[in-house]
Formats: sequence, structure tokens, C-alpha cells
Amino acid sequence: MRLFVGSCFTLLLAAAIGLGATWLTLSHGIAFGSLTIGAWTAWPKNGSVDIDPYARATIARTGELPIGAGDGLAFYAHTDDAGNTFDGRCTFTISGMTPAARYWTVTLYDPEGRLVANKIDRHGFTSAEIVRDSSGRFAINVGPRARPGNWLPTGGVEQFVLVWRLYDTPIGLASLTSKEGPMPAIVRKGCS
Amino acid sequence: MKRLPLWLLGALLLGGIVHLSTVLAMPQAATQDAYSRLARLTPVNKVVPLPPPDARAAIMPFMDPAFAAAVCRYDLSSGALKLNAPVSQAYTSVTFYTRNSVAYYAINDRAAGRRAIELDLMTPEQHAQMPEDEDVTAADRLIIESPTTTGLIVLRALAPEPGAMEKARSSLAGARCGVEVQAQQ
Repeated sequence: MRLFVGSCFTLLLAAAIGLGATWLTLSHGIAFGSLTIGAWTAWPKNGSVDIDPYARATIARTGELPIGAGDGLAFYAHTDDAGNTFDGRCTFTISGMTPAARYWTVTLYDPEGRLVANKIDRHGFTSAEIVRDSSGRFAINVGPRARPGNWLPTGGVEQFVLVWRLYDTPIGLASLTSKEGPMPAIVRKGCS
Repeated sequence: MKRLPLWLLGALLLGGIVHLSTVLAMPQAATQDAYSRLARLTPVNKVVPLPPPDARAAIMPFMDPAFAAAVCRYDLSSGALKLNAPVSQAYTSVTFYTRNSVAYYAINDRAAGRRAIELDLMTPEQHAQMPEDEDVTAADRLIIESPTTTGLIVLRALAPEPGAMEKARSSLAGARCGVEVQAQQ
């Protein structure tokens, strides 16, 4: 009797531990070999056959197609440089330098990867269309209310994600260990 | 209850096995992966333009809205596939994915170095069966081996500003993919 109870208890606990760990790792998007610059993180291996089993399982679940290593590299940011989570009711500014690439795009999504509805139908910028100052620098205002210059509307959502994609860039697997950068700085300006 | 630590250890070990096997099985078990989503919308071995993502709907999460995209959902079981994609003015890329969304090859317009990206896609077996003399004449043909018989080719053309989207779309509209007709020479 004791053996039976023990086995049942063990099997149930094993199932709970195993499935719980799977759910936790996949919903948090755990992947190895990340490249972090400031608030931005990229997973260069996700665009190649060296993608790890966790990332494979994650993209199979979300339906995403990762950007190929010969195409470009995508950096994700969920917080600003100070670690404040992106809240669509707050204003953030993105400014600074970008790594070498033929083109880049920056796009705002909700945490599930959907574009966010807004009045001006603006979901991001490309390196070709962004307004720069005379020295070639740019600043992007990410926030719920209209701003002069490069305004990226948040639509007032509770949480958002920024994705910075570099196309035709030398950064990738080869330069994983070297000190790369710089990526644009993200600073929170205030919340309404 | 002296055996409790032993039972717990057993549960932990078994739990680890359950965890690893579910993670490894996920790509095979997924019903909402990119291929399954596109299988409902696209015919096989044909380039089909994808509707641009917007706030109401998108076929896949995290699509770049600055790009026009088209997909060729391929099946190599009846033969090798030829792909021809004219390059747009700004930036064009072609990415190859296995049935389970692994990006195994990607090329952009600059790497292709021509006015069009031209490739032959085949399984390793089909590549091995290629006549040798054909291999020589095919020196300037780019041959890609697909690890799986089915998969996705995603073509993307950048619209540097929203006004250029029509141009990017029309350049992708000229792209073709199809199974090679076996010509006996």
C-alpha cells in the first residue's frame, strides 16, 4: 500500500515538475547564447541551424519565424537602460548610435508580438525615413501622446516590446565574444 | 516516511526527463507554428504575397511592418525546386526555413550580387543524384540543400519609407518558385 501511494505521489510530482518547468522556460523565452548591449538582447544562433532546443520549442509555440543569420539580427528590449519595464503610458526616448548595418528598423509590439493600434498608423521607423539632426544623430520619442520629431506611439498599452533589426550587418555569430556596440540608449522621461 | 527523500529524488529525476522530452517534442507537436499557419493560406510550390501585418491581424507574431513579404511553401518530394526573385531597389532577402521553422539559409541581394536571386533547392539525396557533368556546368548556379522535404522560403523586400511599399510589393510579385521539369539530355 505504501509503495502504491509512494509511486503515485512520485509520478504526479514528476509530471508537475516536468510540465511546470517546460511551461516556465517556454513562456519566458529562455534561449542560450544571447548577446546583450545595454537594454537590447539578441540571440544570433536563433537565425541558424545552431538554434537551441528551447528556442526551437518557443518559436514552434509562438509561430514566429526568426530572422535568418544571413539576413540580419534582431535585438529585443523589454525595459529601458535603468530596468524600468516598458509601459505604454510612459514616455521613453531612444537616442544614440547604431551598429554598422545597411538598413535598420525599429518596431513597437505588444508582448505577444502584435502591432499596437494608434491614430497615425505608425508602428516603427526605418533608418532611411528617420528624422536626423545636422550631425546625423536621431532621437525617437516613444509615448502615448504626439511629440514633434520622431514620435513612436504606444497607444497607451500596459506593456510593450521594442525590436531593433539590423539588416545586412557584420554583427552576428562571429562577433559574439567581441565587445560590440553601441546600441541606442533608452531613457524614461515620465509617466502620465 | 523514512523513504520520503528517496521518493522526492525520484520525482525530481523523472520530472527532468518529462521536461526535456516535452521541450524536444514541442516542434513536432505544435499546431500553431509558422508552417501550419501558412499551410492554411498558401498552395504548395508557388510564391504567394503575404498580407502586411497590422494592429488587427498578422499571420505570424513579430513580423517587420517595413517589409513586403511573400512565401513559397515548398515540397521537394516530386523534384528539386527553382527559385527566382528579382531584387528591389532598397533591400531584398530570401530566407529558407525547415518544416519546423529553423532558418537554415539566408541570402540578401548584395550577397547574390545580381539583379535577381536565383537558386536551386533540393534534398541532399537529390543533390547526390545530380549527374556530375551537370554539376560542372552548374558552377554558377547556387545550390541549397534543404534538411527537410517540406519547408518555407520567405522573400522580403524593404520599403525604406511607407510610400515605397507598393514598389517593394511589385518587385516581389515577379518572384517565382517551382519544381524543375526533368529534362533528359
